[in-house]
Amino acid sequence: MTLRAGVLAVQGDVSEHGDAIERAATAHDRTAEVVEIREAGLVPDCDVLLLPGGESTTISRLIHREGIAEEIESHVEAGKPVLATCAGLIVSATDAQDDRVDTLNVIDVSVERNAFGRQKDSFEAPLDVTGLDDSFPAVFIRAPVIDYVGEDVEVLATWDDRPVAVRDGPVVGTSFHPELTEDPRIHDLAFFDSVES
Amino acid sequence: MTEETDLEDLRRGTDLVKRGFAKMQKGGVIMDVVNREQARIAEDAGAVAVMHLESVPADIRKRGGVARMADPTKLEEIIEEVSIPVMGKARIGHTAEAQILEAAGADMVDESEVLTQADDRYHIDKREFTAPFVCGARNLAEALRRIDEGAAMIRTKGEAGTGDVNQAVTHQRNIQRSIGKLEGMAYEERDEWAREHGAPRRLVHETADRGRLPVVNFAAGGIATPADAALMMQHGCDGIFVGSGIFGAENPQAMGESVVAAVNNYDDPEQLKEIAKNPGKGMKGQANADLDEEEQLQGRGV
Repeated sequence: MTLRAGVLAVQGDVSEHGDAIERAATAHDRTAEVVEIREAGLVPDCDVLLLPGGESTTISRLIHREGIAEEIESHVEAGKPVLATCAGLIVSATDAQDDRVDTLNVIDVSVERNAFGRQKDSFEAPLDVTGLDDSFPAVFIRAPVIDYVGEDVEVLATWDDRPVAVRDGPVVGTSFHPELTEDPRIHDLAFFDSVES
Repeated sequence: MTEETDLEDLRRGTDLVKRGFAKMQKGGVIMDVVNREQARIAEDAGAVAVMHLESVPADIRKRGGVARMADPTKLEEIIEEVSIPVMGKARIGHTAEAQILEAAGADMVDESEVLTQADDRYHIDKREFTAPFVCGARNLAEALRRIDEGAAMIRTKGEAGTGDVNQAVTHQRNIQRSIGKLEGMAYEERDEWAREHGAPRRLVHETADRGRLPVVNFAAGGIATPADAALMMQHGCDGIFVGSGIFGAENPQAMGESVVAAVNNYDDPEQLKEIAKNPGKGMKGQANADLDEEEQLQGRGV
């Protein structure tokens, strides 16, 4: 069965997420049909959603302007999987500690934007992630960290004792960008492990 | 589970981190600003980043004289004011200006023909920096030379400060046409193309194999309206720089919001029609065809 994968495409590294979900699907003998979401009406038909990295202020503005925000919330309420990376995580959080970002409240965490500093402080590093045998090549770009985690949220990875990957029901959120490397294991974790189990 | 993660293994300023930053700007609008008040308006209008410079290109044209990097005090003020990335412009070949911008916290440095060229022969060796760079290009060979020097993002070199999108279109078409040609070539023909055009061979092959530039490609220069922004997205650009077009307009906030909305709806004429109604009068501008060659900025740094 073809997986309809919606990639939120109002702004950010959209094509990278599309390529990543296609790679992950192929590895599971599935095919993914990527749907770029820049307007309302497309999310309800998607099996899974990917919320890419980009600028959370811009993405937040546009998903509300275009009426996509409520559709993402309904998708999560229906228990359908989501992977949200970096800006996607910020937009998904309960609280972004910043009134410039109107969040979706689909991951019960509070995030600090740009927590590592500016771009010159951005980095890549191997990261241990729960459920993965070997470390994951994590790329952090002006990344947020999670500084409060709700009761039902599972922490999947920490960096310097601070959560950088979490699962809240059907939603996996990461501070880093699994879509920037060719390693499909975070996409597996978010979609195929849960879909198949 | 995670106690083993070694903080010493982290690496900054790698190609992946620099090019990754540029990818996060995709589908976005980067707006020129001269002070913190303008930066505030740009962020509120939905800009993905702001580009700080001393005065917008239209004013640089009017004023004449030597155009240099702006006072970094202003850049620091803007960094305090907004949460989005803040970029700054250095002169072509002016390594020291770029170092100052990086030290001041600029998230990206634009090695820009809008400023007076500092080095007639060489560009900055951008690989030496932790900060990513964006550079202008009028054609594919020029773009690949800049990427070879370490640029993490390419933009067209449309005539800045004119409000005439003509040259940005020309440059984007040049790049796309050359990529199309290369895709149809045999290996040895690509080698020959690289030699003839003074383009780095390795990057010529990479571009041909991927059917696109190895880094993000934005439109810049002369984009003055929501329709201009939509046009450049239709030409396959990854995003838009707007210089004088926002703060040279009658109502910068409305113009900024409209350009952002137009980029998201670039392929939807009904939406674009509504968006085009709102923003008020655009900048006056000056047609590219009316410029003498010595008045053109795009010939700086090839």
